[in-house]
Amino acid sequence: MLYIENLHKTFNADTINEKQVLKGVNLHLNPGDFVTIIGGNGAGKSTLLNMIAGVHPVDSGSLKLDGIDITKQPEHVRAKLLGRVFQDPMKGTAANMEIQENLALAYRRGKKRGLRWGISSDEKQQYVEVLKTLDLGLENRLSSKVGLLSGGQRQALTLLMATLVKPKLLLLDEHTAALDPKTAKKVLDLTETIVESNNLTALMVTHNMKDAIHIGNRLIMMHDGNIIFDISGEEKKNLQVSDLLQKFEQASGGEFANDRMMLA
Amino acid sequence: MNIFFAILSASGQGLLWAVLALGIYITFKILNVADMTCDGSFALGGCLSVTLIVSGWNPILSLLLSVLAGMAAGMVTGFLHTKLKIPVILAGILSMISLYSINLRILGQPNQSLLKSDTIVTMIKKVIPDSVMDHIKYSTLNSLIVIGIGIIFGVLLCFVLYWFFGTEAGSALRATGTNEDMIRALGQNTDRMKILGLMISNGLIALSGGLVAQSQGYGDVIMGQGAIVIGLASIVIGEVFFGRCTSFKSKLISVIVGSVIYRVIIALVLQLGLNNNDQKLFTAIIVAIALAVPTIKKQAQNWR
Repeated sequence: MLYIENLHKTFNADTINEKQVLKGVNLHLNPGDFVTIIGGNGAGKSTLLNMIAGVHPVDSGSLKLDGIDITKQPEHVRAKLLGRVFQDPMKGTAANMEIQENLALAYRRGKKRGLRWGISSDEKQQYVEVLKTLDLGLENRLSSKVGLLSGGQRQALTLLMATLVKPKLLLLDEHTAALDPKTAKKVLDLTETIVESNNLTALMVTHNMKDAIHIGNRLIMMHDGNIIFDISGEEKKNLQVSDLLQKFEQASGGEFANDRMMLA
Repeated sequence: MNIFFAILSASGQGLLWAVLALGIYITFKILNVADMTCDGSFALGGCLSVTLIVSGWNPILSLLLSVLAGMAAGMVTGFLHTKLKIPVILAGILSMISLYSINLRILGQPNQSLLKSDTIVTMIKKVIPDSVMDHIKYSTLNSLIVIGIGIIFGVLLCFVLYWFFGTEAGSALRATGTNEDMIRALGQNTDRMKILGLMISNGLIALSGGLVAQSQGYGDVIMGQGAIVIGLASIVIGEVFFGRCTSFKSKLISVIVGSVIYRVIIALVLQLGLNNNDQKLFTAIIVAIALAVPTIKKQAQNWR
């Protein structure tokens, strides 16, 4: 499904601010894998997702998705294969466009946008149906501007948009981190439902260790630009937060887990 | 009566300049960039149209060429900005400055009169029967014809723009202006959208330049000076009069009405004795105030 080979990335190379973010990451995903990624700040989790999405060019290494070499593909070309939800709820939707217009934009991911009308009436009916699954009452507000929605509603909508055309890989970059706990839980439940019912392959970065353990079938811990822990199946199910903290301490050489990880 | 004629003439000018305002609306409001190319592309449209007419071209055909030339100017700015990563304001200024030289080359001299040539205004005058001509003052007729031309172009462009921004490509262009990261993640080449937006915008601006040059009967290499400010003035005045309307149709109309009101205001203050030389200062102050109003309102709330 996804093959990442020896991926390297350094920001601000040859300057005083040089930062090696990824130091030869290798990762293979099987179809249907739902992988959670944890790790401290600066471990390279978000960068890994951004590299897969094509936000930054790779320094060396290769990326293959669904048999296609996407290492050098521009961001908008590989978008055909990817669904993305960002940490910032504002980032995944166009605030001054209507809910249905946003969905129509997502519905055309990977297709050529020509001079046909932006939304067909058949589509609108379809959008009502999918919005009903969110159970947020958005199905009655098709022509409301997205800017009027709350952060949680926008994030739920983004999730829907990312999966409206089934992606080969869904990238979730701390997509519940900016939400209050109750809303975060709702969006997370929704994520599980959508991933399961569409049988998607997904990568989810999170700072919440409990979520990382309970969600998905595989867990990866990153530290200092490398994957230091990769666990799946039964072993993952029996994992405890304390195990993860211990792993993290080992990896960081006794240094304490940072606040955000402890809080989780 | 003097004021009546001044308003009539100003309305006609306002309608022709409204085409410019629509172009600036596309970059400034929809694409969310300040494009400085417009000063140059406005004059480009005017100079090219005048030169072509003088060398025997059909006035309407000359406008078509003006539009294409304006689009080419927009494409250059877009290329400098998206492919060479030059900040958009600087890219626009570079195009604008180079267009000054190009316009001088096209015109061959700093200005060129159309006295002995046909323009769209004189073409229409020819088909008006003499019986009507006899009953109406020459200058009034002129203003009425210009108003007619302006209304035709305004209505036509409103329809075309409304249609285009409702299509898949047009929606993607709007999304590019609102949330670039999002629409790129949805598989759209945003560089291409920005170039397209700049092309459409500058095509319209050059069309406006051609129309204005033909209506005033001459082309001038500095006729585009301050075009961006005039366009912005039209947009903000339209917003003041129409309020924060949400539908795209009414926004387009508000830009056109704003342009007319702007010209009428200028005509009135000129009648009241404003020195013509101060017109640009006056315009800049209007725009500065209008753009500052949201900030001032917010601060006023904080003081309370």
